[in-house]
Amino acid sequence: MTLSFEDFPAGRFGSFGPRRVTREEILAFAAEFDPQPMHLDEEAARHSMLKGLSGSGWHLCAIMMRMMFDGFIGRTASLGSPGVNELRWLAPLRPGDDLTLDVEVVEARLSRSRPETGIVTFRGIIRNAAREVLCEMVSPILVRRRVARAGQDG
Amino acid sequence: MRFFEDIAVGQRREVGSFTFTAELIKKFAAQFDPQRFHLDEEAGRQSLFGGLAASGWHVGSVCMKLLVADAQRLAREAAARGEEVAAWGPSPGFRDLRWIKPVLAGDTISYASEVESLRLSDSRPQWGILQLRNTGTNQRGELVFSLLATAFVPRRNVNP
Repeated sequence: MTLSFEDFPAGRFGSFGPRRVTREEILAFAAEFDPQPMHLDEEAARHSMLKGLSGSGWHLCAIMMRMMFDGFIGRTASLGSPGVNELRWLAPLRPGDDLTLDVEVVEARLSRSRPETGIVTFRGIIRNAAREVLCEMVSPILVRRRVARAGQDG
Repeated sequence: MRFFEDIAVGQRREVGSFTFTAELIKKFAAQFDPQRFHLDEEAGRQSLFGGLAASGWHVGSVCMKLLVADAQRLAREAAARGEEVAAWGPSPGFRDLRWIKPVLAGDTISYASEVESLRLSDSRPQWGILQLRNTGTNQRGELVFSLLATAFVPRRNVNP
């Protein structure tokens, strides 16, 4: 069943993962999008502020997107997102990390400009196996209303 | 890269441009954001985007790619002049990211970075904290992407 706006009341939504992140993935993403030595080179990374090889923050964002897709967006009547209110990188992503994603609906409201859609604002928190928070994001997604769709279909 | 003292509010750099081909859009989407409007031309046309659209995370990751390339270019030039190169700290995050218009297959996005605010860190006297407004503009001059990034920048001659 496709999830609609009505399926996202405010409150805890769910937990997803774990998702293992390999060294090869970290190196491949960094080589393409963020080739800083701390993401690419063991030796340079040891001397960096993050004290060891770490994944790009943008890689972590992309992985969070994929975990949200696999968790629920893939079966949601999502129309896309206008942006991200806030994103914080709190601890480094390490090779071999098993990530979990906790999702909470912060706010769900109807769109003023598009009556057939609602705006669901999510808070996503990514943790490693030690339950350390790596990343926290608050972002709205446009989701179609079930009522409006039934009206159109009928 | 520059030290805190070399930076002023309003300084702006054009960091480069990038063409989002259908092939690159689909490759990124297949890995990280396989929503149908990022993978399939017809699904894209029927979506709010009106065409095969790049994942917003792809648009942001390419911004990072060009920022890193620009910083590395500046660092090489500074080193060649015999200047000391500042090593910036890892970013604690960003806010107010806006995907303003879709980036469609074939669009070329030009990215820029402008210093929006500058202050000393209260807790770490050897660091300054910088806010950068990073933007992407398409080939028609339309702003498509914007975010406010935070960065830690070392001060000159301040030892921890």
